[in-house]
Amino acid sequence: MVSDMNEETKQAVLNYTIRLGDDAVVIGHRIAEWCRNAPFLEEDLALSNVALDFIGRARMFYGYAEELADDGRKEDYFAYMRDHREYQNLLIMELPRGDFAYTMVRQLLVDVFNLYYLEQLISSTDETLAAIAGKAIKETRYHLRRSHEWVLRLGLGTDESKIRAQKAVDDIWGFTHELFDLDELEQQMADAGIGVDNRSLQQDWSAKVKSILEEASLIVPEDSWKVKGGREGYHTEYLGQMLNEMQCVHRANPGLEW
Amino acid sequence: MVAMSQVLPLVAAAYSERLTRRNNSELTQIWDLLDQVTDPEIPVLSIWDLGVLTQVEKQQEKLLISITPTYSGCPAMDTIAADISSVLTAAGYQNFSIKRVLAPAWKTDLMSPEGKAKLHQYGIAPPLLNENCCSGQCFSIECPHCGSLNTKTISEFGSTACKALHQCLDCNEPFDYFKNI
Repeated sequence: MVSDMNEETKQAVLNYTIRLGDDAVVIGHRIAEWCRNAPFLEEDLALSNVALDFIGRARMFYGYAEELADDGRKEDYFAYMRDHREYQNLLIMELPRGDFAYTMVRQLLVDVFNLYYLEQLISSTDETLAAIAGKAIKETRYHLRRSHEWVLRLGLGTDESKIRAQKAVDDIWGFTHELFDLDELEQQMADAGIGVDNRSLQQDWSAKVKSILEEASLIVPEDSWKVKGGREGYHTEYLGQMLNEMQCVHRANPGLEW
Repeated sequence: MVAMSQVLPLVAAAYSERLTRRNNSELTQIWDLLDQVTDPEIPVLSIWDLGVLTQVEKQQEKLLISITPTYSGCPAMDTIAADISSVLTAAGYQNFSIKRVLAPAWKTDLMSPEGKAKLHQYGIAPPLLNENCCSGQCFSIECPHCGSLNTKTISEFGSTACKALHQCLDCNEPFDYFKNI
């Protein structure tokens, strides 16, 4: 219960919750960019629905952040009024949508991560985070079923689809290491039983991702480079551009609700 | 409705529990009143049928109505809350609040058997019970138009997050399947 938390814990849970909201809203927006751009109508609907799940997830996290902050900042504030330096999402979420193969490969890597992450978050000692995880994991399982099937179809499809899927895997791979990093806040939350120790997820994630990539006859890249910084607010150049588009209506009409 | 034999014989435990809660409630008239509130996207379903209405309680003099979202991003929740508000107000209730609960998470097993029958009549294949499905689709989905079990999935998502798009291979009609989660 929020009322039982001391000020320090409340602040830490707030920051942790905002990060989870940032992850969800950023990838949700990236997927939503496919709306009316997908290769065919059914896929357009499917991607829009996946995006909606993520944006709903972000609303649950930001809604909880609103309650924790208790200082007048509403969920819309967290999404629309913060700059890229204040966003603390993992970098993999903000990468531009690329081509369809890029989007589906990123989705696979993120869905497998979310699966294992949420499985742990369900046992959080924080009731609200646990409840959100219980809701979100059902959707993530469904997302994974789809991204798994798509990656198989792309990897085992035409020469062109295979080349594109492989290029996506190679281009994104270096951004996956950040998923299993733990900074001071995350360590504190994991120790308190509120958050998840992401390092413990890496083995399962690697095994699952590798088996799917091999099934799709795609090559698992060597770990030759890695990038991180999202949790500290250091982003790729793409996040600022994305937020510019995502936030422009709200910034032009502050306080607007719809 | 005979063709529903694949779905109807079993009632999910989750639904029975909710039904008991309603039947044992001292606020039966409120539960009955809220049967008027329907899902804005599938108007044949009441929020009771859908499993969104989970509890009606009284705290001191205040009515507390609990609802749970189907999907995280379901845009219908705001409309549903507003509709509950209007129905209660129109019936003369003023002292009430609507609470959104996330746990236990909504699942299709919470839907009423009547709701599933109404979906079928409306042309949407109702969700199978979770115990009848192993990670997806062991059972074929029945075409709500001609009753054939010879159907295929076209897309994992249909016109809303809660539906998938299927097609009947006998009558060729495409149809929505209210996917089970």
